[in-house]
Amino acid sequence: MFTENFNAGKLQTINRRMFIIGVFKVVIFTGIIARLFSLQISDNKKYLTLSDKNRLREWRLPPVRGEFVDYFGNIIASNLKVYQLHIIPEEVEDFRHLMLRLKEILNLHDNEIKRIIKRKEKKKPWETLVISENLTWEQFAKINYFLHDLVGAKPVLSISRSYPFDDNYTHILGYVSEVSENDILNSEVIKNNHVPGLKVGKTGLEKTFEEQLIGVNGVQRYEVNAYGKRIKQIDYQEGEHGKRVKLTVDTEIQKLSNKLLKGLAGSISVMDIYTGEIVAMQSSPSFDPNLFLFGISHDDWQLIRNNPLKPLVNKTLSGLYSPGSTIKPIVALSALENNIVNKDFKVKCTGKMEMYGQTYHCWKKKGHGIVSLKEAMKQSCDTYFYEVARKLGVDRLRETALKFGLGEKVLQDTFSIEKKGLIPNTKWKQDNLGIGWVIGETLITGIGQGYTQTTPLQLCLMTAQLANGGYKIYPRITVNENEETYEEIKSLIEKNKQLNKGLLEASEGLFSFAKGKKHEPLYRNFENIKLIQEAMFASTNEVRGTSYSSRINDPKYQFAGKTGTSQVKRITKKQRELDLNTIDIPYNDRDHALYIAFGPYKNPRYALSIVIEHGGSGSSAAAPIAKKLFKLILDRHEVREKIRKEKSEKI
Amino acid sequence: MQYNSFNTKLTFFQKLKNLDLILLICIILLGIISAVSMYSTDGGEILFHTRSHITKFLIFFPMMIVLSFLDIKVWHYLAYLFYAILLILLIWVSIYGVKASGSQRWINLYFINLQPSELMKVAIIACLAKYYHRVGLDSVNTFQSVLTVLIILILPIMLVVSQPDLGTSILIASSGLVVIWLAGLNIRYFVYSFISLLIALPFVISFLKSYQKLRILTFLNPDRDPLGAGYQIIQSKIAVGSGGLTGKGFLKGTQSYLNFLPEKHTDFIFTLFSEEYGFVGSLCLLLIYIIIIYRVFKIGSISRSYFAKLYCYGFSSAIFIYVVVNMSMVLGLLPIVGSPLPIMSYGGSSMLATMLGFSIVMSAKINHKHLIS
Repeated sequence: MFTENFNAGKLQTINRRMFIIGVFKVVIFTGIIARLFSLQISDNKKYLTLSDKNRLREWRLPPVRGEFVDYFGNIIASNLKVYQLHIIPEEVEDFRHLMLRLKEILNLHDNEIKRIIKRKEKKKPWETLVISENLTWEQFAKINYFLHDLVGAKPVLSISRSYPFDDNYTHILGYVSEVSENDILNSEVIKNNHVPGLKVGKTGLEKTFEEQLIGVNGVQRYEVNAYGKRIKQIDYQEGEHGKRVKLTVDTEIQKLSNKLLKGLAGSISVMDIYTGEIVAMQSSPSFDPNLFLFGISHDDWQLIRNNPLKPLVNKTLSGLYSPGSTIKPIVALSALENNIVNKDFKVKCTGKMEMYGQTYHCWKKKGHGIVSLKEAMKQSCDTYFYEVARKLGVDRLRETALKFGLGEKVLQDTFSIEKKGLIPNTKWKQDNLGIGWVIGETLITGIGQGYTQTTPLQLCLMTAQLANGGYKIYPRITVNENEETYEEIKSLIEKNKQLNKGLLEASEGLFSFAKGKKHEPLYRNFENIKLIQEAMFASTNEVRGTSYSSRINDPKYQFAGKTGTSQVKRITKKQRELDLNTIDIPYNDRDHALYIAFGPYKNPRYALSIVIEHGGSGSSAAAPIAKKLFKLILDRHEVREKIRKEKSEKI
Repeated sequence: MQYNSFNTKLTFFQKLKNLDLILLICIILLGIISAVSMYSTDGGEILFHTRSHITKFLIFFPMMIVLSFLDIKVWHYLAYLFYAILLILLIWVSIYGVKASGSQRWINLYFINLQPSELMKVAIIACLAKYYHRVGLDSVNTFQSVLTVLIILILPIMLVVSQPDLGTSILIASSGLVVIWLAGLNIRYFVYSFISLLIALPFVISFLKSYQKLRILTFLNPDRDPLGAGYQIIQSKIAVGSGGLTGKGFLKGTQSYLNFLPEKHTDFIFTLFSEEYGFVGSLCLLLIYIIIIYRVFKIGSISRSYFAKLYCYGFSSAIFIYVVVNMSMVLGLLPIVGSPLPIMSYGGSSMLATMLGFSIVMSAKINHKHLIS
């Protein structure tokens, strides 16, 4: 037992010390309350935001890309729903484990895994890695089933392009492929609508109309749990379907063009000679754009890239060819317009012509004898055009050629790859080559050789503007609602014709220019145009015409044309003596075959140009194609007219 | 012998009347709040945790009342035995214990996984209280006394640290130290040991397990590794902070029901509560704890026997420490060390220990006029 004193000392100590602890407790509890206050009251907003950021996830849905339709409303570029698998490397706990699991589930090959890892290393850890762009439904379902074990993997429902007509429209539409860094940097619209796995246009119209086609992406907001599993949808914002783009092209004619060019390197363009609508435009060989949708395989790519016929080049727009004899209508017209010659001007062709110590050959060794302008066009007499060109001079020729659409882009900015070509004159040579023009160059320019370079589409436009009576037209490949109709253009042209004849008051003529596009005459004397048209008719429909064998007698389909054979290589004296057949010449040395035509002759509506690379001669390789085309073009014309009338009635 | 007049036997009804009503109400309140919170952690359903927690409360609470009818003398008598049994159990655990998530803390008793270290938190207080009950004030600072006390304290701590369970060993150590402080150990010793601890700290750290070091580093800068070690602290702070003044409401704590909160049943139960009931709710909960701490202190202050007084003061401070360590931890004021919130947190041993602790307090209240010879 203890004494009271002893007890009191202990009590005093314990109470004093308990008091100290008590004070301590008050201080600490105050601290805890202060902390609670600072978290819950002062910083409440901050933590509330963080908590929402935790639980709310935004899913940006891929925008639905606008379709392309042809003139008749057939969809030529559509959309497919595809199942994809995305991964954000940053969110993956164990990348190796995930890849192993995915390998099992998707039956991936070791090489594919390696490629995925390679791609991963190139990306930032927070950038989405697309593991698979096109899963089957079974694979997609399986992924969803095992999702709890695949931390960081995201099954995604996406949209992919589809080209139902395979290689028929490749050169017009181009193709889409995964967004590159440059695409995002260059386009605000792409940047704003970007979602992982988005495809944007890389070439062709897909690229040109990207900003209209892309649409606006939808947004889904979900509440998710700590493992990223969606618990419930909070908000859904619907996206906007991209704009549908309607083309002036006729799929049937396009398909035939593609068929006719199978196995050849070349190009076909068909144009409405009044509205400038491009009815068909094909460059051959083509390739299947669907191959590019989910990443083209190495083998397929090599096959396309190494094809000697160069499928990647759009020959219609960026293929540059010497026009050969197809330039002769312009040479003749220019000479007539400048009153250098008249329709009765005659030249004696002996098969060759000596000038300044040089010999210039006509394609016909024996010569054509005495030929008039019309006869020279019909038989494509080179000697005649040497003489005409010599008298005309290259500078005046250039003026006419430019007027009719050569040396300029036909579709302006619609295709970035379109080339201007080259129509030379004396100044051009002095400026660019630093040497003066020599008269000999004028002579060969007169038969479409030398420096002159044109694209097939330019030749088509040139033909169209000759065919419509010599009036300017504005080619286009898309249908715009506010574009002037065929009837408006026709009446405008009619007024222009009257005006030119001086039968109409100038003021009235000017008044009708209100819509902006003048369709002004490109000629000085309408009779000259008529003469050229007649000469082209003769060339196709009269005996000894260069494309006589490709004529159609039925007036419904009857067309007028001009052949062209453009030399690729200078012909040596020896070769000229040998006079080899096309088949005996190495492919790359063979002449290009060209043909321009318009029809039906009585009331022309369409013009076309055909170029077959290394095809031999225009009359044998290119003109027969026109015969087959015109049949279809003019049959389709009736359907096209029906659609056009329905549409204009609606308006 | 005059004191003996107070040591008359109390009748059952006198004992019943002597029970501390406020303390009982507070404990019941905590029981209800914890059941509701547990219901919330189960996502608004009565699942395993809720059922188990309620069952344990319904068993241990009556047990606490029954045990409080034991005379304080009995508790005094049993204190060493209690300590000794637990020490043996701790040794047993270190050899045959049940392992879970990398540490060996439990004895499988089939109906409950007993965690002796939790009970040791109470036993150490009772044991030291009994020891100092006998020792005179002038003997407290003798070498023999200090050594004895140190051995009593260090033995269980060593065993618990080796489990490893840093949280519980810190709580055992601090409970013991508080009792030693209250008993009147010269302040010099505290200063000396504090200084020597500072010197020893680098060596201690080198002995820490890598995950423990990581926890300390993470505490110092939770953003160091937000998805890894810092995740718990960050998510807990977000949950508490987003609760605001009045909270997100019952069952509406998004942080918890979407599973962003770790260990929400046990160590982070306060976070869940705080998210759902906000600043106001948290203050109320804190107030209940403050009342409990104060009541236990008050019972100590009216107790006539030194054992009861020292025990109550010690236990009151221990509850304070548990609450403060747990709350500071989930509020990001202390590193994450496993430490449950008394009664609120899920865990049978912790609840059993707390209830046992309250039994002794209650017994001290009933017999507060008694002296122990």
